[in-house]
Amino acid sequence: MTDYDINKLIELGAQVVERARRCGADVAEAVVGEGAHLSVKVRMGEPELVEEAGSKSLGLRVMRGQQVAVTYTSDLTPAGLSRFIEDALELAKLSQPDPFAGPPDASLLSKPAERPALDLYDPAIHQIDAARALDMAKRAEHAALSSDTRLRNSEGATMTRQAGASALVTSGGFSGGTRGTYASLAVHPVADDDDGKKRSGYHWSARRYFADLDGPEQVGLEAAKRTLAKLGSRKVDTQEVAIVFDPDAGRSILGLLASCINGGSIWRKSSYLTEREGQAVASSLVTVIDDPFIPRGPGSRAFDGEGLLARKNLIVDQGVLKTFLLDTYSAKKLGKTSTASASRGSSGGVGPATSNFILQPGTLSPDELLRSTDKALYVTDMMGFGFNAVTGDFSRGASGFWVEKGQRMFPVSEVTISLNLDQMLKRIDAIANDQDLRTSISAPTFRISSMTIAGK
Amino acid sequence: MSVQSRYHAPFGPQGTAPIDAETARKLLSLALSQGGQYADLFYEYNVAGSYSLEEGILKAAGRSVSMGLGVRVMKGDSTGYAYVQELTQEAMQRAARTAAQIAAGERGSAPTSFEVPGPTSRYQVAELSLDVAGEAKRELLLRADRAARAADPRIIRVEASLHEELRELLVATSTGKLASDRQPMVRFSVRVIAEENGKRQSGSSGGGGRMSLEYFQPGGAGFGPAHDHSPEWHAKEAVRHALAMLDARESPAGEMEVVLAPGDSGILLHEAVGHGLEADFNRKGTSNYSGRIGQRVASDLCTVVDDATLMSSRGSINVDDEGNTPQAATLIEKGILVGYMHDQHSAKHFKTQPTGNGRRESFQAHPLPRMTNTLLLAGPHDPEEIIRSVKKGVYARKFGGGQVDIGNGDFVFSLTESYLIEDGKITTPLKGVNLIGNGPDVMGKISMLGNDVQTSDGIWTCGKDGQSVPVGVGCPTIKIASVTVGGTVH
Repeated sequence: MTDYDINKLIELGAQVVERARRCGADVAEAVVGEGAHLSVKVRMGEPELVEEAGSKSLGLRVMRGQQVAVTYTSDLTPAGLSRFIEDALELAKLSQPDPFAGPPDASLLSKPAERPALDLYDPAIHQIDAARALDMAKRAEHAALSSDTRLRNSEGATMTRQAGASALVTSGGFSGGTRGTYASLAVHPVADDDDGKKRSGYHWSARRYFADLDGPEQVGLEAAKRTLAKLGSRKVDTQEVAIVFDPDAGRSILGLLASCINGGSIWRKSSYLTEREGQAVASSLVTVIDDPFIPRGPGSRAFDGEGLLARKNLIVDQGVLKTFLLDTYSAKKLGKTSTASASRGSSGGVGPATSNFILQPGTLSPDELLRSTDKALYVTDMMGFGFNAVTGDFSRGASGFWVEKGQRMFPVSEVTISLNLDQMLKRIDAIANDQDLRTSISAPTFRISSMTIAGK
Repeated sequence: MSVQSRYHAPFGPQGTAPIDAETARKLLSLALSQGGQYADLFYEYNVAGSYSLEEGILKAAGRSVSMGLGVRVMKGDSTGYAYVQELTQEAMQRAARTAAQIAAGERGSAPTSFEVPGPTSRYQVAELSLDVAGEAKRELLLRADRAARAADPRIIRVEASLHEELRELLVATSTGKLASDRQPMVRFSVRVIAEENGKRQSGSSGGGGRMSLEYFQPGGAGFGPAHDHSPEWHAKEAVRHALAMLDARESPAGEMEVVLAPGDSGILLHEAVGHGLEADFNRKGTSNYSGRIGQRVASDLCTVVDDATLMSSRGSINVDDEGNTPQAATLIEKGILVGYMHDQHSAKHFKTQPTGNGRRESFQAHPLPRMTNTLLLAGPHDPEEIIRSVKKGVYARKFGGGQVDIGNGDFVFSLTESYLIEDGKITTPLKGVNLIGNGPDVMGKISMLGNDVQTSDGIWTCGKDGQSVPVGVGCPTIKIASVTVGGTVH
């Protein structure tokens, strides 16, 4: 495995842009991606899967006047590339002129010297070969299963590492590339409960740098703890009660907010926050920042998907909605300027997206937050898709444990929690200090003063 | 499948570099060179087109081409997997050698000849949607847009999209199977937003299947709630949904009687029993259905089948991604668990034949046991009678999707259009809400079953281990005597 040469990717992107221009494109933007991964799984101490592969692909967006087409290919043979470019131009004739379509103003494009180094690529990642990855997964699973006799089965332990590079070249004059790595280790033990049900839990660690991963034993023991905590789960009565979300569950609540402040949802009037800029949308404890500049951050980027210098955006300031996340298109639709939040998928399409979208931690430790809670459902897992972004209505399956007088009482499952997201965010009355570094959308443990549990 | 097409896999018989038996045999031999007991080659060529309309214009047209070879080598319960995108000899051999490393031992033997399964034809397409001129597809979207806008002045936004695909595959196995298929797909969807007195709501409708644009013709195919699948029909259905939701009230919370509409409610089966009967979980003993063959797992009204043979349905396949041909297989008969869904690996473990349920998202993923079209067969009751029997409960009409915890059997599924039932009559529309229950428990509480089976129109995609595959579901009107409704009013 060799480190990626970004210049080669830029060269290919530039060729494709040039050819598309010669074929009649007024605007051509190419994204070239290359990557490799290793993924291994151990189950009950035996290797179950070793998967290793690399891939390379090309995405292209072209405009003829304001007619837009987007194409993607993994066929990089000369014949494949020719057809790919011809198809894109042909497709653009089919789409209808969109008065808002267009590239960003050339003066806004970032220059190489302005782009910060973000330390996203770990050269040591390739040292993890299949044998070493299997060994780590085996140790992690063993640590879990040997910690308690009630853990007799397993969905396995998975270790993955990936590395990749991508380059963006546009006819507007931008060219740039980025490299990144990511490693993760997950353990998924299974226990038999007294009622004949299986209780499965999991825990995982993930980082851009291999050396920053939690140790296999630590991951395994935490997975064991989480699985055992579910034994004896039961339903509780239907009622209104406080809800605490741990970082695994809370991340998806924050993700809903991210989708509702996305400029694409705003101009489409598909978000309940459409007319709410400048207004209170959450409790005054809530501050959310989209920060692309966190060194080794999972969602960090020096420039956005249209080549603008990335920027840190304050989204919610002490409960007040300050800005939506915008790319050039959604900014034009809303009569604003881009927040440098464009993301370009490997398939070539462009839209606003988060970088590191973080609910700012409070001062309490999670334990202090628990002890200050009189009565609550402490949610560790959620299930299902019950969210309507247009209205904010939220209803999802939840499991976790019951809390009374600051104490952990018994595990709970097979209930739903419901409330409109607008009310949920306004009822946040405590935020802990345990920031989660594993994912680009991240929330510490937090509490909502009251929601409806549907159960017995 | 048609022969006249601009789209052919390079590795197929009409391609530029067809893979012959000798090439396959050599690669399999290389794959088994380190001691593997079984190997297969999976070649895939996928071309997709997408067309999306917003604000009255076709804003973007898209096309994607993805192609490659996945090589799998197995020894015992261990799998080695590698894939490449380039189909040069050098690249294919590299994949075979990488996958081979999982094993250590005596060289396995490659087949001396291949057996090609007889032709199966569960989808017949005169002309691939991809081959049809783009203007015709643009017009379908514009028709939906016009119909939705004309339907009601409260409609403020209309989005319509068409997705078309051809997936061509070739599988060669060390047990001597050589199978290929060309799998077409179209999917159409309309979404609208209605606004009234400052309130907004969305509504949607969609469908499709393994077919081409004949989907839109009157009487073209028999899926979904209507035999009319015209863009106008979908537009009006989306408008109806959005307007109904404008009046929606908070949903009740707690255990109560629930009646599910026929068709898409089959998601209940998919989540409550389907996943738990995929034999990989049972091989590992991690499903709550493990070791329960022959036991009662549902009320005696329930017979559940996984049927890959339904003509043109989204979940149908001629061969699975391991080269096996699936049939209609009974999973639950009158409430008794009778069978699991197998891939090659789980079938070997259970010393049975694969059921043709080995599916994968693409050449970049190894196969897993997956559902095709999962159906609950008709019961004895008149649907009207079922609704009349409910004093106070919820009627579920449209669904957003579901999820299950395989180990304990808890599942949720979300309702995007539902109504109160009061004294045997469907009354007030309710806001979006989830149902939550436990698989065997809820299946045991199915107390009435309609005689009105419908198959879902082609919109569903199932996710497992990060792999998405298209599926179908189907069922008649279902009454569940008690299940938890996740609303806010109690």
